[in-house]
Amino acid sequence: MKQPLELTGLISNLHTFFRSNLTPFWATVIEGALVLIAVLAAYAIIALALIYIERKITAFFQSRLGPNRLGKYGWIQSVADLIKILIKEIIHINKVDKVLFYAAPFFVIVSSVLTFGIIPFGQGLQAVDFNIGIVYILAVSSIGIIGVLLAGWSSNNKYSMIGAMRSGAQFISYELSAGFALMTVVVLSGTMQVSEIVESQRYAWNVFNGHIPAMIAFVIYLISGHAETNRGPFDLPEAEGELTAGYHTEYSGLQFGFFYLAEYLNMFIIAAIATTVFLGGWMPIQVQGWDGFNQVMWYIPSYVWFFAKTGVLIFFSLWVRWSFPRLRIDLLLNLEWKYLLPINLVNIIVMVVVVLLGWTLEDLFPIFRP
Amino acid sequence: MSNIQDIILNAVPEALIEEKQKLTVTVEPKQLHPLVKALYENKDLPFDYLISLIGMDWEDKLGVIYLFSSSKDMSQEIAVITATEDRENPLLYSITDMYEAAHLNEREVYAMLGIRFINNPDMRRFLLDGDWNGYPLCKDYDADPTLNPITIANKEITDLAPRIMEDENGNLVESVANIFDEDDYIINIGPQHPSTHGVMHFRTALNGEVVKKIDVNSGYIHRGIEKMCETMTYPQILHLTDRLDYLSAGMNRHALCMCIEKAAEIEVPMRAEYIRVIMDELNRISSHLLAWAAHCNDLGATTAFVYGVREREHVLDIFDKTCGGRLIINQNVVGGVMFDIYPDFQKDVKAFIPYMREKLVEYDDFFSHNPIALNRMVNVGNMSREDAITYAVTGPAGRGSGFSCDVRIHKPYSLYEKVEFKEVIRTEGDSYARYMNRLDEIEQSLHIIEQLIDDIPEGEILAKVKPIIRLPEGQYYQSVEAGKGEFAVFIESKGDKFPYRVKFRSPSLAAVSVMPLICKDELLTDFIGIGGSMDYVIPDIDR
Repeated sequence: MKQPLELTGLISNLHTFFRSNLTPFWATVIEGALVLIAVLAAYAIIALALIYIERKITAFFQSRLGPNRLGKYGWIQSVADLIKILIKEIIHINKVDKVLFYAAPFFVIVSSVLTFGIIPFGQGLQAVDFNIGIVYILAVSSIGIIGVLLAGWSSNNKYSMIGAMRSGAQFISYELSAGFALMTVVVLSGTMQVSEIVESQRYAWNVFNGHIPAMIAFVIYLISGHAETNRGPFDLPEAEGELTAGYHTEYSGLQFGFFYLAEYLNMFIIAAIATTVFLGGWMPIQVQGWDGFNQVMWYIPSYVWFFAKTGVLIFFSLWVRWSFPRLRIDLLLNLEWKYLLPINLVNIIVMVVVVLLGWTLEDLFPIFRP
Repeated sequence: MSNIQDIILNAVPEALIEEKQKLTVTVEPKQLHPLVKALYENKDLPFDYLISLIGMDWEDKLGVIYLFSSSKDMSQEIAVITATEDRENPLLYSITDMYEAAHLNEREVYAMLGIRFINNPDMRRFLLDGDWNGYPLCKDYDADPTLNPITIANKEITDLAPRIMEDENGNLVESVANIFDEDDYIINIGPQHPSTHGVMHFRTALNGEVVKKIDVNSGYIHRGIEKMCETMTYPQILHLTDRLDYLSAGMNRHALCMCIEKAAEIEVPMRAEYIRVIMDELNRISSHLLAWAAHCNDLGATTAFVYGVREREHVLDIFDKTCGGRLIINQNVVGGVMFDIYPDFQKDVKAFIPYMREKLVEYDDFFSHNPIALNRMVNVGNMSREDAITYAVTGPAGRGSGFSCDVRIHKPYSLYEKVEFKEVIRTEGDSYARYMNRLDEIEQSLHIIEQLIDDIPEGEILAKVKPIIRLPEGQYYQSVEAGKGEFAVFIESKGDKFPYRVKFRSPSLAAVSVMPLICKDELLTDFIGIGGSMDYVIPDIDR
């Protein structure tokens, strides 16, 4: 297959260039630094783009215009906001627990960046690829809640405290569902390595391959992932109508910016993981035997496929956010513990049965087998 | 009425009964409580609804005018007057054992006139700070700013309530009670909070996230409008009514205009009446739309908020073209209206009616049946009919509890006798009933406008009024149905060009006073939602 716009060639050229000119140690160091810079740059740029996109889409939902003054269609607005938040004064609060207060935003942002690193943006565009990738995702994304709890606790503010406690209850509950939904896919694809999960979906995306249980897991993952990002209708921890801003009420300047950035990126990360695990990741749509068609699909580079699929999921998340009123804490926990979790537990067993009896699409129809 | 006179004379033989604009009964302080009790317990026509409690300073005496009405027949009203000559330590008997609405009103009278009420369990000052020097509504009040300097120092809030109780032997015992328990977890909701709809301060004791007790503090934007009125001529006062409940500005002003017109016997031209009623109903639609939008926003549906404001914009545009004002429409004046309608007025209003109907359907599709919204509103913040009456909650909120209290029906004014419309009543008493009531009332308002818009008569818009209006000596009352409930104006005149005393009844005060009751044992989240469903406006309370 010809893939003229892929970046794999560029990456391997760079790799051979460093290997042939430097000692292995320095080559590794420089490559590591480059990857780090690339990841952080992608992190910042995606956040800026998301903020702009969200503001525009929200505006259309709400019959408004959204940003439209800076640049054509207001596209420089997010950049201006970024500069503003970078140079804003950090207001020091007197009666906070200093160490915890200043550490909290870093927990949140570090957790978010670590999860970001494992996302395969395209062919060969993945910073880390463990053989236990799924476990890694679950592990590092859970660090964020520590930051939120610390922020609420150390702020010495009753509103922040209530927000953080709500967040703790919500995050821990929905983490269960998200974890089980991902495990359902692990059962289906038989591996935890993210790159292999993508590879196994060449002709049949997991959501179709595992049909009924996979679709249930997909929906549950979207719901619980959405809840984990603390966005409406699950935005109780920072319900601005009740708790002013919840756990980050007392933060200002760049520290607030970290929370803000992490929230946006988490929305992207959830959508990206759902894409990778359920919707074939960066893999183009391909049909076995239709070589011409497949060639055309491969002309579209893999990272475009990835961002397109992720974009659709992000749009869904925005749609939900701007349509529903906020849930109450008891309704929220009911939804998780009385509905999602039991369904999930049954679902994972159903998936095991489907896989063992050979009822997946790949088993039933050879055309879907890679 | 003779029947009522018998009841009054039976209870208090010495009572002085006068047939003025309202049936007025004057009694000694000692006899007030028995008289009110007799009226309250009257079987056929219980006077169980306290419209307003008006503190008065007659210079030789300090007293209170109580205006009662009946939940069975709102058109029956009775004014009870009592006064004490003791200006040093004025004491009257409280009626809080019968009327919950009296709690905050009596506290306000204490702050403004220094009258303390025996047997009121919480005799802190309302609207003013506890350490305020002087009583502003007294005629001998010294307004020297050095007496009450503006300070930026941090003031601790004391949760101690002084009280004077009468024991079995009739002795007065002064004591101090704690409002909260010692280990209560108290958070301040307000004065700066996005969901209190103004600078309202709720001291809230929480048990986990469950509301245990609420203490209402207000007065952060108290402007002393009633005091200002006493030094202004009648046409000048008109502008102050707009600053009470700014969302019902036009309706508030209509009440004051009617009160003055009745007292001065000014005939309003028919064309002006039509314009007034149409503008009132448009005003009500805009008020209800904002209430709906803000309620949805309190429940976390930001998009619904934008939708409500979007439709309200059309109403405001019509106001803008008619009289230049959008929120505060300076339209009503004594004797008629200030501006005639513009040539396309009828066309614009007629275009708005079907547009609004279409959007009401959209609201229904988008929000009213959303499962989360239903969970957040149905069976939340229950207020029984009895509670609504005793707390004097009127308007869509009171009618959500089955309290038939539409002033337009029971005490029709202006053109409301001529038009046909339904009083929207629901009996569930929860947030959802109040929510739906507002949407249904928008429909009824559209229906009223429809009946009037085509036959606005030609003619004058303003009757001939003397430049300086003097009202004959007496007491004058007028109620209208404002956006939040019954808005009443009371004027006492001594025949001067300034009023002797003006009192505005605030429907929002009643809505706030019932909050501690209906929010008890609800979650903090629902407290905000219930507040949205009660739809209060704070400047209306902080007069």
